[in-house]
Amino acid sequence: MTTEDIDVKIVDRYFYKKRGMQMYGTILSHIGKYKKEAILSPVTIIGEVAMEVLIPMVMGKIIDNGIRRGDIGYVVKMGIVMVFMAACSLCFGALAARFSAVAAMGFAKNLRSSLFRRVQSFSFANVDKFSTASLTTRLTTDVTNIQNAFMMFVRMAFRSPIMLACATIMAVKQNARLSLVFLFAIPALGFAVFFIISKAHPRFEKMLRQYDSMNGRIQENLIGIRVVKAFAREDYEKKRFEENTDSVRLAQFAAEKLVILNMPIMQLVMYASIVAILFFGGRMAVDGGIGTGELSSFIMYVGQILMSLMMLSMLFIMFVVSRASLQRVYEVLCEEPAIKDPEDGNVSAEDGSVRFENVSFSYFDDMNNLVLDRIDLDIKSGETIGIIGGTGSSKTSLVQLIPRLYDATAGRVIVGGHDVREYALGTLRNQVAMVLQKNVLFSGTIRDNLRWGDENATDEEIIDACKSACAHDFIMGFPNGYDTDLGQGGVNVSGGQKQRLCIARALLKKPRIIILDDSTSAVDTATDSSIRKAFREKLADTTTIIIAQRISSVMDADRIIVMDGGRITDTGTHESLLQTSEIYREVYDSQQKGADE
Amino acid sequence: MPPKSQQRPMAKPENTIATLKRIFTYMYGFRIQFVFVVIGITLSSGAGIAGNYLLKPIIDNIEEALKTGSWKYSRFISLLVVMAVIYAVGAASSLFYQRMMMKISTTTLMRIRNDLFCKMEMLPVRFFDKHTHGELMSLYTNDTDAIREMLSNSIAQFIGSAVTIVGVFTMMIIYSWRLTILVIAMLFVIFRVIGFVGSRSSKGFIAQQKALGTVNGYIEEMIDGQKVVKVFCHEEKADEEFDALNEELCEAATHAHTFANILMPIMNNLSYIHYAATAIIGGIFAVKGVGGMTVGTVVSYLQFTRSFSMPITQVSQQLNSVLTALAGAERIFRVIDEEPEADEGYVTLVNADIAADGTITETDRRTGRWAWKHPHKADGTVTYKEVRGNVEFDDVVFGYEPDKTVLNGISLYAKPGQKIAFVGSTGAGKTTIINLINRFYDVPEGKIRYDGININKIKKDDLRRSQSIVLQDTHLFTGTVMENIRYGRLDATDEEVYAAARLANADSFIKHLENGYETMLTADGANLSQGQRQLLAIARAAVADPPVLILDEATSSIDTRTEALIEKGMDSLMEGRTVFVIAHRLSTVRNSHAIMVLEHGRIIERGDHKDLIALHGKYYQLYTGMFELS
Repeated sequence: MTTEDIDVKIVDRYFYKKRGMQMYGTILSHIGKYKKEAILSPVTIIGEVAMEVLIPMVMGKIIDNGIRRGDIGYVVKMGIVMVFMAACSLCFGALAARFSAVAAMGFAKNLRSSLFRRVQSFSFANVDKFSTASLTTRLTTDVTNIQNAFMMFVRMAFRSPIMLACATIMAVKQNARLSLVFLFAIPALGFAVFFIISKAHPRFEKMLRQYDSMNGRIQENLIGIRVVKAFAREDYEKKRFEENTDSVRLAQFAAEKLVILNMPIMQLVMYASIVAILFFGGRMAVDGGIGTGELSSFIMYVGQILMSLMMLSMLFIMFVVSRASLQRVYEVLCEEPAIKDPEDGNVSAEDGSVRFENVSFSYFDDMNNLVLDRIDLDIKSGETIGIIGGTGSSKTSLVQLIPRLYDATAGRVIVGGHDVREYALGTLRNQVAMVLQKNVLFSGTIRDNLRWGDENATDEEIIDACKSACAHDFIMGFPNGYDTDLGQGGVNVSGGQKQRLCIARALLKKPRIIILDDSTSAVDTATDSSIRKAFREKLADTTTIIIAQRISSVMDADRIIVMDGGRITDTGTHESLLQTSEIYREVYDSQQKGADE
Repeated sequence: MPPKSQQRPMAKPENTIATLKRIFTYMYGFRIQFVFVVIGITLSSGAGIAGNYLLKPIIDNIEEALKTGSWKYSRFISLLVVMAVIYAVGAASSLFYQRMMMKISTTTLMRIRNDLFCKMEMLPVRFFDKHTHGELMSLYTNDTDAIREMLSNSIAQFIGSAVTIVGVFTMMIIYSWRLTILVIAMLFVIFRVIGFVGSRSSKGFIAQQKALGTVNGYIEEMIDGQKVVKVFCHEEKADEEFDALNEELCEAATHAHTFANILMPIMNNLSYIHYAATAIIGGIFAVKGVGGMTVGTVVSYLQFTRSFSMPITQVSQQLNSVLTALAGAERIFRVIDEEPEADEGYVTLVNADIAADGTITETDRRTGRWAWKHPHKADGTVTYKEVRGNVEFDDVVFGYEPDKTVLNGISLYAKPGQKIAFVGSTGAGKTTIINLINRFYDVPEGKIRYDGININKIKKDDLRRSQSIVLQDTHLFTGTVMENIRYGRLDATDEEVYAAARLANADSFIKHLENGYETMLTADGANLSQGQRQLLAIARAAVADPPVLILDEATSSIDTRTEALIEKGMDSLMEGRTVFVIAHRLSTVRNSHAIMVLEHGRIIERGDHKDLIALHGKYYQLYTGMFELS
């Protein structure tokens, strides 16, 4: 988890306190079609508990009415009853085991699926907010934690109170006077448990935060191991890590030392109750008020009552521990996609034109922290536009507004004659193909990956797109051609090859507008120019926007836009910009120096 | 980043005893405490049994009173007092041992973590090539957690259960060996049940782990490529694929957990059946007076049957978590046992005062000049040699895999202060050469000399301190901008950090950050652009101020105009230093003293820009854009 996440947590803490119940409600609503099992599970547990509570009574009867009176027939009869009850209890127990497993795993499945869908609906801004690493943890580790907590909940949350109630009733029924002991025992235990939980909660949260920062340090060291080694900083890192583990140790000790009080306190209360019951019960027995068998089954009830209280307290503690996971998952579920489909988004693009009307943009929706500052730009359908600008001049930010990956903070972006916010997102993004700067291929074959552009593309169309992107030849160079498996992350292809596959993938969408965001940086100039040639010939009607570092990639565009500090400083053709734009000339000179030798 | 799959087999531990012993070695300094813990557990469990044992005389006492009409009240009270004392001791010792065990286990875990991390830092780069981050990360999370679970719960439960089982069993034999035969029959059934259910549930868990690995792998891949998913409106398809995998996981998990859940009710009810059988037979014995059995004996014995099955259930439930913990511990120890980076070097880097006549004296002061301190074992003398940055490759052959050579007979010579550039396609071996200069990997064949010293003789840390490197992938660390730059040299003053940032042209954007140099960066520096991160990495290398500088695609994400702006800074940074440069962009390498064009691990062309253009070879083709670099 990143520090950013911790900030999110701190900011939202108040919010969650207020909406704590809502959080549980939202998450529990994922039981969905497993409601039946989730209900049947406690129902069968009631059956199991009922048997378990009745059995000590039968046991008492066996001793008092059977063994003490020497009535073997009675003992055998009740023994058979008891075996029968145990068999019933076993059936209930087995059913409960099945139901609770189905309910908990089904619940986890639904939760996972709902989270996955939610993340799929996220816009870029949402993903930026969480960071991909943190989203992954939330969907994997956190869901598993919640799943385990839920199963425990289904199995114990009903069992313990029912057990508590039944055993108390039985005990009172058996001997009301003796059961007065519980009037002291139960509140004492309840108070102790409450005290432990209320104290432990903040400590557990602190412990989890320490864990996060330790894991963050490990992750960093794994990723940056070469840097650590290159600067010979191993000892420095070790020292910092040891500080981390020591904090974890202290936080863990502080939290767990409270939890471990649970057991001795329970024992103390239980033992005290037993002694008290024997004391009072013994006197009663001598006076003939209670049988010795009854007395020993009464002691068994003491065990059941206090054990179920203990279980309840463990349940609470588990809630405390899993609460962090719940919160992190709930944050994802509550995150509203920053960009949503409009309700009546049935417009379609009339052509491939793009117009920016006084557009300002900030990643934080903050007009004082703009990365694009009042941009006006008109791109005609079919035009080829080049964009040149330094690092941080917001070239990427500009083009990301076209397929509505982000919403403009102010002003309007108009694509194909309509404001982008009027389109259904699917319609808009099918019209606008964008090849991202940081691109990804997925596991599967080359063909599978290309089909992302068009699921129903024929082989001819795929080959055609690959030829335009100058990818066909190298693909055919692989032993399996288009069926070459790329594995996770597409590790078998070089940077330039990957970029060309990504271009082909985008071409298969047959878009009206195609945006190449520095997508040929690893491709050599010759291939670059033949890709552009193919674009000119085959995609004459397609609006093409090319962001590039290399002047040669944009110099034959219809118009070139020069950006600096979030503003368009100059617009023109290569020749005119060389005359008018100082920045453009500098870029050109920096790349031309020595080339003419 | 390599794919991080969580697909880890729930392998059974291979050497249970040895692993367990090894975990115990981490409890050093706690030996006496551990003995106390064992005593505490024994007392705590013993108190439970002893209490039960006292139940019989108390019940007998009451029975007697009922029979004879005269109640030995003082005996009754004294029995209760004894019981209360025993129980009090039991509760106190459980508090005591749990607290002590907590101290031991948290410290033990810390030691294991530290040991693992220290070892990890010492491992050669090659190790990290072979293992995914997810795999190593899970050593610190899943595997350590499993050990924690074992230390703080299972050990105590095991000992406690063992004490209880032995104690109760002894009591049972003392009370009635006849009825104990029944217990043994029961045990047989119990073990069969545990074996049957256990093997099914562990098979189920293995299937579940596999399905979980697939699902988590899919989640990682899709979230990693989320932006591409969006751009291609692939959301629905992804949802569909995910649902299928998720369904499989759900089925496997349900199967596994059903069996795990069912164990408890089975054991519980078996014990009731056992109870009923004991009651019937015991009742008969008591009535018939077989073996002098009394009602009190039967009552207590029945109590014992209850307290007998409990610990067995507990142990059987703990068994899974202990096996998981031991398997995890084995994975951790395997890493701890890995061969660390070999470092037999004895030549060290020292600050040097160099007199006009070339005499070198070692000093603690930072003089800006360095020397190699070379102790000679043969005659015990120490010689000093100035660090100048002569790097020489002599017929070096190297491969990451033994049978796949990446470099074939590379020989090259870099004179002090020269800028040497490597040009070639991906896989030609450019980065490999750099990996050898700072000994990320060792050379099996051929020699690399540094100022005439074989680099194997130089202590690794010192070798690396003499070089500063800017890597292709820029990694920053959690901390402020200031701390990240200072990473290059920990004792650099603030002024030196600012100067380095200015030199790398990073100063202007840093000043625009929210808190300037004190802005916190996150692990992957997500709040900075790739170009800005590279500028910080250059500043970090600059502050180190070493004689040799290595730039591996250091400016690939910086636009040419900014690159032109920092060129001056770079030039002054490179001045007087030996510089190795790898760059895609040929404009970056043009002014090098020597350019090596690599292909398939061989140097095919060498010379300066003019020579190579005149040669009209590969470099010429590359430069004029006739050939693709990829």
